[in-house]
Amino acid sequence: MTIAAKFEIEYLQYLDADGKEVRKDLPAFARDLDHMVELYKLMLSTRVFDAKSIALQRTGKLGTYASCLGHEAAHVGIGSAMKPEDVLAVSYREYGAQLYRGVRPREVYMYWGGDERGNDYQQEPARHDFAWSVPIATQCLHAAGTALAFKIRGEKRVAVCTIGDGGSSKGDFYGAINIAGAQNLPLVAVIVNNQWAISVPRKIQSGAPTLAQKGIAAGLFCIQVDGNDIIAVRKAMEDALERARNGEGGSVIEAVTYRLGDHTTADDARRYRGEAEVKEGWSKEPMKRLRNWLVAKKVWDDAKEEAWKAECDEWMDNEVNAYLETKTQPVTAMFDYIFAEVPADLAKQRDYVLSLENKGH
Amino acid sequence: MAQITLIEAVTQALAYEMAHDDSVMVLGEDVGLNGGVFRATQGLQEKFGELRVLDTPLDETTIAGVTVGLAVAGMKPVAEAQFEGFIYPMMEQIACHAARMRNRTRGRLTVPAVFRAPWGGGIRAPEHHSEANEHLFTNVPGLRVVMPSSPARAYGLLLAAIRDPDPVMFFEPKRIYRQYKEEVPDDGEALPLDVCFVLRDGTDVTLVSWGAQVKEALEAADELAEQGISAEVIDVATLTPLDFDTIAESVQKTGRCVIVHEAPKTAGFGAEIAARLAEECMYDLLAPVERVTGYDAHIPLFRLEMKYLPSVERVVEAAKRTLAAS
Repeated sequence: MTIAAKFEIEYLQYLDADGKEVRKDLPAFARDLDHMVELYKLMLSTRVFDAKSIALQRTGKLGTYASCLGHEAAHVGIGSAMKPEDVLAVSYREYGAQLYRGVRPREVYMYWGGDERGNDYQQEPARHDFAWSVPIATQCLHAAGTALAFKIRGEKRVAVCTIGDGGSSKGDFYGAINIAGAQNLPLVAVIVNNQWAISVPRKIQSGAPTLAQKGIAAGLFCIQVDGNDIIAVRKAMEDALERARNGEGGSVIEAVTYRLGDHTTADDARRYRGEAEVKEGWSKEPMKRLRNWLVAKKVWDDAKEEAWKAECDEWMDNEVNAYLETKTQPVTAMFDYIFAEVPADLAKQRDYVLSLENKGH
Repeated sequence: MAQITLIEAVTQALAYEMAHDDSVMVLGEDVGLNGGVFRATQGLQEKFGELRVLDTPLDETTIAGVTVGLAVAGMKPVAEAQFEGFIYPMMEQIACHAARMRNRTRGRLTVPAVFRAPWGGGIRAPEHHSEANEHLFTNVPGLRVVMPSSPARAYGLLLAAIRDPDPVMFFEPKRIYRQYKEEVPDDGEALPLDVCFVLRDGTDVTLVSWGAQVKEALEAADELAEQGISAEVIDVATLTPLDFDTIAESVQKTGRCVIVHEAPKTAGFGAEIAARLAEECMYDLLAPVERVTGYDAHIPLFRLEMKYLPSVERVVEAAKRTLAAS
């Protein structure tokens, strides 16, 4: 028998569900315990932020919201590995990565609270990142195009896109990894596999044993990691970013995690999945293992946990207040950003709306 | 000075802008080594290299999405859909992202891109190669829809499209790609993107058209002149945002209007112009507005396609009906 091609997909995990090291070759960043504490703190603030968002939605102060509960290790792992000059293109729940890059909670609230200004991230480096992308997988091609721009200009920067298990079924994802392979683009595509695309489970999303292996067909480096283990996510990201930055090609990382919450606040996951499965998901969630590990290393304890939670609460309260105090845009805002300048024909509609407004409509 | 065809004017505009702006690039299927299936990008890869004249994988969605990413990242990509009939997979990236990026980010991110596509029928092409779908884009906020009908306007409007800070759909009527030559100075002078072109002055009836049908409109005007009827001909080369004022001024003068376009009649862009005339020029009209268009049928394969496309005879008849009405 002649073999035309052969491949294998590595699975990477450093910490098991209880926070025990399953391998001893910890990467350099993980030996810097101060840094690991910082990552844990951001994961915790992401969780506090998420709970606050849901509370806002339940009290009618936010529209539909997509929770990130359970994705904290995956998201913070992605965001923290990137350099400021890199570019991030997310779908719509990767807050852990985005907070790391300077998106403010008030901007998330504004977006889900019905205000386009939420997409106008004010702080660098998020300011040059893409805005949330609701059309599934479309952001993967934006990252590929950005990576192509970096290559054309000879810039040592990387474009990162994140996508769900469901999103990895869409042509835009395949198109992005395909051109990344064909043109050797500095692209890192992370499939955050949380097992559910609204109500459709991973097993009927694809017959492939791993989603990571989709990148093999595109000629990319591929790896599957425990997406609840931030050390594994961060290590895979660092390696992928390094390869991309050095012109050694793009990567597909599958971060295996679990969506502990509903798809969005408009969804009720009890309709399609059982309690036992969710309980199993909670047993592997990302916070506990990292906390156990940090406690065992004697750099974290209950007092620090409570103190940091209190700080997060204060931070989120400030952000919520800033959001709630934000005045609605003038009605003419719907016309003012369609083109660089309002064309004459559109200005007529703008004037009409303004006249209605002045009449108190 | 050399006389050039419409498609050579496209190439000339691309070459000019690429030579003067390093951020301008071309991408699409067969645009590189082959110079495009119509030769619109002939010679560009030799001049500007394989990255700035990029042969993409064969996937329209990829072309459109990568174009959005390039543009947001500071390039000025000119993407090619090989035929306008292949553009459907691009719709999501164009409508959901290219067209609304500026608006949804309050101006933080923008997409200064051009999507070129050989457009329309009449060249005896295979199925799916003859579509005229400008109306699918004129209804999308945030897009400029441009269609040249002469070599000079192809050059000037394409330069303007590339320099525009927002996405532009640039539909090239391939039936007249090589219809005639004219002198087009390679001087980098762009044309405005917000005016209709009055190609011929007249007093009795206004013929409003765009793309390849401008040819039929002009020929109809010649024929009408022989019959003592003075027709004004307007090329709506920039469909959106629409310069309705130029059309209105003409119809206020002539009192009659015939709209000529290749796309299907129902909800074609002619319907928009007719509606605007009804809204804003009703009392100037001496006769009902006429539309001479493709039918609400798929453009037939080529044995019948010329029966589908608006003919000079149909335009002349419609113009005469408007005169008979008053």
